[in-house]
Amino acid sequence: MAAEVRRVSPPHCLSASSRLSFRSSFKRFSDLLMQPTSSSSWRKRLAYYFKHGDVLWWTLLTLSVGVVLVLVLWIAWQLWVQSAAARHAFGWQFIWPWAKPVWNPALDKFQAWPAIYGSLITAAIALVLAVPLAVGIAIFLSELAPEWLRAPLNYMVEMLAAIPSVVYGLWGIYVFLPLVVVPLGKALAPLGEIPGLGVFFRGPVPASGFSRLGAALVLVIMILPTIAAVSRDVLQAIPRSQREAALALGATRWETVWKVLLPYGQSGILGAIILGFGRAIGETMAVTMVIGNSAGGGYSILRPGYTMASIIANEFAEAVSEMHTAALIEIGLVLFVLTFLLNALARWLVVNKTIKRA
Amino acid sequence: MAPESIYAHVNLRRNYRRRKILNTVMLSLTGVTVALAVLPLVWITVYVLLKGGRYLNLALFIHLPAPMGTPGGGVLHAIEGSLVMVLLASLLAIPVALLAAFYLLARPNTAVAQAVRFSTDMLAGIPSIVVGLFGYAVIVVTQKHYSAFAGGVVLAIIMLPVVLRSAEEMLKLVPPEMREGALALGAPEWRAALRVVLPAAMEGIVTGVMLGIARAVGETAPLLFTALGNDHYEIGQIVRQGLHYHQSMGQILGQIFGQPADALPLTLWKYAQQPYQERVQLAWAVAFVLMLFALGLNIAARAWLAYRRRKLYG
Repeated sequence: MAAEVRRVSPPHCLSASSRLSFRSSFKRFSDLLMQPTSSSSWRKRLAYYFKHGDVLWWTLLTLSVGVVLVLVLWIAWQLWVQSAAARHAFGWQFIWPWAKPVWNPALDKFQAWPAIYGSLITAAIALVLAVPLAVGIAIFLSELAPEWLRAPLNYMVEMLAAIPSVVYGLWGIYVFLPLVVVPLGKALAPLGEIPGLGVFFRGPVPASGFSRLGAALVLVIMILPTIAAVSRDVLQAIPRSQREAALALGATRWETVWKVLLPYGQSGILGAIILGFGRAIGETMAVTMVIGNSAGGGYSILRPGYTMASIIANEFAEAVSEMHTAALIEIGLVLFVLTFLLNALARWLVVNKTIKRA
Repeated sequence: MAPESIYAHVNLRRNYRRRKILNTVMLSLTGVTVALAVLPLVWITVYVLLKGGRYLNLALFIHLPAPMGTPGGGVLHAIEGSLVMVLLASLLAIPVALLAAFYLLARPNTAVAQAVRFSTDMLAGIPSIVVGLFGYAVIVVTQKHYSAFAGGVVLAIIMLPVVLRSAEEMLKLVPPEMREGALALGAPEWRAALRVVLPAAMEGIVTGVMLGIARAVGETAPLLFTALGNDHYEIGQIVRQGLHYHQSMGQILGQIFGQPADALPLTLWKYAQQPYQERVQLAWAVAFVLMLFALGLNIAARAWLAYRRRKLYG
């Protein structure tokens, strides 16, 4: 009789909420462990519990969720800790645009502005060229393309994102740089004569074509699918009534797009652009292969340079001194913070301002 | 208020013509932008496939690389390294991603779920080179050597958000009545999830996993200073040696994962920049293989998904 009373009833029969709440089932599990029992019924009870209860399941779910949640913080923490030496040695001078740009592993003196500038200028040029293209693609895909053309074109745009970035780099070195970037660089070189603005175009472009301009043009191709796909989704999320109302008022299709759809989706498209900016800054391999990886080059886009990602890719495996490693990790930290902020902003714009509203 | 011009209708007609022309021009321009996007895709694909195809041969898949400056040789080391690391990455990332997706399904609107979605998106946005730095700091520094294991872990971090996002989407497509019905019949949560929801969403999840693998196979940056590269990585050799010295299974596995390893994109990167013509040719052949693999996996996954969607929703 006593054994009858002490028997633990199956947890999912105790209350309606027990199955739905991890904490309550966990509590009940610990209750179970507290009870004095003989070893054979121990095993029975555990077997019974794991067969019917969700303890193991919810433990696993919580653990995986914990992994996902902790990972980003852990990455940030590691970058922060590992870059401590460089942070203490150089302070804010490390990323200050007007500090003296030195990058000297022999003397352990580092300053990251040239790399940051390289990232910003290549990403900016890439955006200026990619945004009109991408928005045009998005408009075509969501508004104009006939049904039979839509799926293949969507595929093609997404394939552009699926090509591994080293393949872009290889193609860039041997095909794109000599065929496109070198002639274009030569054509742009006369702009270097202009006072003021000329610093951006001071040539000559190297015969190999390795230059910030080359990196920017490869980036255009690489961020195009990101911006186009997100903008397309934003446009497609706009209610049909908006289009119908504009057309009913006598607007042409272009006017519908230009005066109704784009303003309606502007924050989402801005989000897409920011997302593309984040991609461009974080892109590593293709850029490393075509940018030439050299310090200096001033502000000119026709000269080789570094980006934050490419300097890490290029030097980290060979960094010997602790300070060199720490400086590169600090660049990684800057990169992390920048892309994190950009992505968070883009996500907020796309999710909260557009898709939820529509 | 100014009186309206009696010639308003003339202006209107002129305006109308102008608006129509603008309409035609701008809409055609959007078509041009699509052509401009398709152009590089076709250019790269055709060029790589033609040029890489020329250097493709059987030796590529069964031989280690020849010494620098000598013709012949293959990239067996990179194929095996890629295989080992992607396998490890899949083993680590897929269960975590699926379980987290089940959590999101069971508690869709809680603060934790929102945080997980945010975290996933941020994880997807972290540049892969930074993930590599993380792998270096956490694994390479503590183990004091580069290894295939470290490479597999960073690839898992790259894969995780891809698989998690698509798995969540796919689980959401399963009608909630199925899960609720199972629960109402008294099935515990895990049984409802694994026996009812998972089979229903299986095909979509597999496509998500394929996309994740395609992504992981093409990644180079995070491997640069975790797997590092190893021209002599050959599993057959490791196993033969291990058997010869009567090593246990665990020791042999430890050697496979503990050594620095190479991967296809890593090899491509290194060979593309070497001054030897043979190495550059190998790089093109590797680009061919990678391209075929990445594009093939992507096309297959998306085509399958589209086909299923059409079947499910008409």
